[in-house]
Amino acid sequence: MTSQELLDSFDKSFGEKIQTKNEFREETTFTIAAIDLREIANFCRSEFSFDYLLDITSIDNFGEDPRFEIVYHLYSMPHGVHLRLKLRVPEELGAVDTISDIWPTANWHEREAYDMMGIKFTGHPDLRRILMWDGYPFFPLRKDFPLEGLPSEMPDIAFTKVTPMEGGPFVTVPSTAGSKDREPRAHPPEL
Amino acid sequence: MADSRTSTYDSKIEGNVIFTRFDAALNWVRKNSLWPMPMGLACCAIELMAAAASRFDIARFGAEVMRFSPRQCDVMIVAGTVTYKMALAVKRIYEQMPEPKWVIAMGACASTGGMYRSYATLQGIDQLIPVDVYISGCPPRPEALLAGLMKLQEKISHERSFRNQKPELAEKLEEALG
Repeated sequence: MTSQELLDSFDKSFGEKIQTKNEFREETTFTIAAIDLREIANFCRSEFSFDYLLDITSIDNFGEDPRFEIVYHLYSMPHGVHLRLKLRVPEELGAVDTISDIWPTANWHEREAYDMMGIKFTGHPDLRRILMWDGYPFFPLRKDFPLEGLPSEMPDIAFTKVTPMEGGPFVTVPSTAGSKDREPRAHPPEL
Repeated sequence: MADSRTSTYDSKIEGNVIFTRFDAALNWVRKNSLWPMPMGLACCAIELMAAAASRFDIARFGAEVMRFSPRQCDVMIVAGTVTYKMALAVKRIYEQMPEPKWVIAMGACASTGGMYRSYATLQGIDQLIPVDVYISGCPPRPEALLAGLMKLQEKISHERSFRNQKPELAEKLEEALG
């Protein structure tokens, strides 16, 4: 099955559930609604043999209305086809269904999305922090969390302090500007 | 036949006995048998292992005994990035080491946090435990680690071990002996 055949058969099965589809150099991306996730995921695994969940990642679009975006990268090993599924999660809801019973690797990927962004996964068997420690009060990869961190204290477990940036070369401020404008240049063009 | 130069050591008379300062002997013993506690946290641990392997051979300095039990170690070599998650564990291991103990901060991350100026990395292990030698590098070559070890040996050789560790006994002896 090539990616074109994949697109066509997807259209046939789920035409109305796909909000946007994008195809670029053999990479197919479908944007779906969060409520359709489990149905489409089950179908992908069983019917289209997407047996390999490569990655689950999350994006914080600070300032836009459904604030978070979750991206699933799927790969079909029998057919050699990639697929990307995107869905938006609004901040007030903050939760999406888990797919860790469909692809077991999603267990840790969802834990990481919870730890870094604060997105909850309903039905997850063990939703707790994976990189930071249980009880850490912040979600570090959100755009409103500063790079140098915030002070926190859990006696006997861990502590965090604010890192001195000294206006140093690795400073960025959370903003929606592109990295060319956010980060200072090593050789400013006026020199 | 006794030699007329009284400062010469004559083994027929003295019988394989030498006199030295207690501190000098103690420091010599300690510095030439520093057993490391390898706190290998990240990439610097690979260079630590390379220093312990045959080409760079830390065994020449008496430090091949890398026991992972802190109770048997003299020097903790913090090799790698210390995250806040790991920081208190490193401190606990340091506190379990018996005196006399020293710390070598190997690499940029252990010395000052390195390239990781962020919310998750402790900016240098010296925020928690006292460090004796800092080794820069990312990672430092095994020769640099050996140079740091030699610097620590030099530092130890200048210590006043007896006085630092038994101050009351040293005072009592001074009083008693005038």
